[in-house]
Amino acid sequence: MTASVSNALGTLSDASSYTGPLDIADSSPALLHSQLRMMLLIRYCEEAIGTLVEQRLALCPCHLGIGQEAIAVGVAAALTSDDRVFGTHRSHTQFLAMGGSVRELMAEVLGKADGCSKGMGGSMHLYDPAHGFHGSVPIVGATVPLAVGAALAAQKDKRGACAAAFFGDGAAEEGVVHECLNLCAVYKLPLLFVCENNLFSSHLHIDLRQPSNSIARYADAHCVPNAVIDGNDVVNVNRVASEAVAAMRQGSGPFFLEAVTYRWRGHVGHREDTDVGVQRKDDLVKWKDRDPVGRLAAAMKSGGWLADEDYETMKSGVRTEVSDAVEYAMQAPYPAAEQLLGPVYSGWSAA
Amino acid sequence: MSANTTTYSAGILEAFHYLLSNYPEVFAFGQGLWSPWYVGDTMKDLDVVYGKDRVMDSPVSELACTGAAVGASLFGYRPIVIHPRMDFMILATDQIVNQAAKWSHMFGGQVHPGVTIRAIVNRGGEQGAQHSQALHAWYAHIPGLRVVMPATAADARDLLVASVLCDDPVLYIDDRWLYSQQDEIGPVRELDLSQEGPQVLRQGSDVTLVGSSYSTLRCSRAAEELESHGISAEIVDLRVVNPLKHEQVAESVRKTGRLLAVDGGWQTCGLAGEVLAGCVERLSPKSFKSRPTRLTLPDAPAPTSKYLEIDYYGGVPGETDHLPVVEAVRRLVAAGD
Ligand SMILES: Cc1ncc(C[n+]2csc(CCOP(=O)(O)OP(=O)(O)O)c2C)c(N)n1
Ligand SMILES: [Mg+2]
Repeated sequence: MTASVSNALGTLSDASSYTGPLDIADSSPALLHSQLRMMLLIRYCEEAIGTLVEQRLALCPCHLGIGQEAIAVGVAAALTSDDRVFGTHRSHTQFLAMGGSVRELMAEVLGKADGCSKGMGGSMHLYDPAHGFHGSVPIVGATVPLAVGAALAAQKDKRGACAAAFFGDGAAEEGVVHECLNLCAVYKLPLLFVCENNLFSSHLHIDLRQPSNSIARYADAHCVPNAVIDGNDVVNVNRVASEAVAAMRQGSGPFFLEAVTYRWRGHVGHREDTDVGVQRKDDLVKWKDRDPVGRLAAAMKSGGWLADEDYETMKSGVRTEVSDAVEYAMQAPYPAAEQLLGPVYSGWSAA
Repeated sequence: MSANTTTYSAGILEAFHYLLSNYPEVFAFGQGLWSPWYVGDTMKDLDVVYGKDRVMDSPVSELACTGAAVGASLFGYRPIVIHPRMDFMILATDQIVNQAAKWSHMFGGQVHPGVTIRAIVNRGGEQGAQHSQALHAWYAHIPGLRVVMPATAADARDLLVASVLCDDPVLYIDDRWLYSQQDEIGPVRELDLSQEGPQVLRQGSDVTLVGSSYSTLRCSRAAEELESHGISAEIVDLRVVNPLKHEQVAESVRKTGRLLAVDGGWQTCGLAGEVLAGCVERLSPKSFKSRPTRLTLPDAPAPTSKYLEIDYYGGVPGETDHLPVVEAVRRLVAAGD
């Protein structure tokens, strides 16, 4: 936007690049199928939540991850439920990718007692430790140090677990992220930093916030090995994450993955944000060609790994799963009044 | 039960030994843990005895280190993060207030960060405005965060043990002006922190003095002097200032009819005001022989010059700083007569 800004991302930030089918030559069909299905599940869930917001049935602030599905799915496929994932305000993607229940997500978004956080969290506070998802919160940058602690605990446990902290390009402007990079480097902690660089922090483009558009330079500054990749390529995200995680389990210390992507909807809510004056209409059209779901499906089809009709069957199966979950959540009860004071301290449990 | 004479600081050190030797999930993390310069004798040689991976001296990153301790507490550990001055802990407030204190409630009571945050109050010595603050009232305002302020050597030890064994996030605050205080104490007791609260340290009939941490010591010295004026003071030591159990204070005032709350923090929105309010709400106006009163720091940052320091703290610590308490009580008794 201004001449002084360094376009360190190069073509990665250029909406017209990386629009073709993914390179899937070295991948396993079964893994690709499950990743495609998971990305579809996330997309349809996000669309359904968008509809609930529009209908004013979901009242809490909802930050949708449509367009960013590949990062959560590619990273989660490198992790197990013994690992420790932390998210942000935009974390439906990671919650689902780690295996979280669609019903519990929908119930949580609607503020129901059957939600993953018992109806106390809503969209911005998700919790599902059974699948390795240890919490998302909307204070920007706040879960990164928690993930450092999870990695410290994992290092003390010596059982090869690792932690992953998801955060955005905006969060990289918070001082605590830099403290965390230093801590992980000096203690060699098994933490995967996953920066979802979607080029925006709410309404403000990264070129108006930082002198360079690539966040990984901060990892360099703290001697943390890193990679900067197309975040809309689930195959590559998974490959890089898997290699990093394998090394981390052997004690290699932290790794920083910067995955470049774009969100299709506005910062918060169901609409695209061009209606509130955010200058990104032209880019958004192009980024939709860089669709993480479409590019994987195209590659699988042209490789002969996915028949048209099987894809349709997959899609309708996922649609049914999502609409069933919404229906379930609509019927679920609201939290009991005791839940207002009960969980402030330990020693209380829901009836 | 065998009793030993122990100082407040030795009580803290004993608690660390007890915790680190009996509980492998306990570790300590913070700045200056390998140096007596920061934490006095309260953690002397712990790194030598238990290893530098269980007693970790840290980079100058209060926020990340506190967050890391909170994070580790979610995975079976009972970390103690140490802030050698409470002033520095302000930089960690997001992790204490937004994260640790909310974590259980936000997720419907499914998880509790059993982290202990130890903050040291270190006043006087011309250290000035940024090396002297007692900010307990700020933190006691936060639901979900237990705040502990021991006044005696026994409590310094046993409440530290209780804080660390408690499943909730606990802010444990000790005051360097108490470090040389001596007490007879028995073996370590594992207390359930949720059951602990204010205690009557001394029985009396004319006035109730309420304090916590160093303020309790000021009250004790004042009570001795008041005796020579024929005034019998009862002392209630708060011990746990959040959640604050008002009943013990109210019960004492029901008996004495007079209340003076003494606090080492500022007045506005402070702990002393909270004590007064809790008592006034519980008692009928008729129970009071005089107006409930408070004695706090003046609402100003700490000065450096020692002459101003003496005014600011109400006297020379340990020598004359109990006198304003004595004066306030005498005024109360006179007013009520
Ligand atoms: C500490 C803090 N400051 C500001 C905000 C307001 N806020 C909410 S989301 C957001 C944008 C964050 O951008 P980024 O980290 O890139 O995440 P994205 O929304 O792009 O996924 C901001 C500034 C906040 N929630 N927390
Ligand atoms: Mg962003």
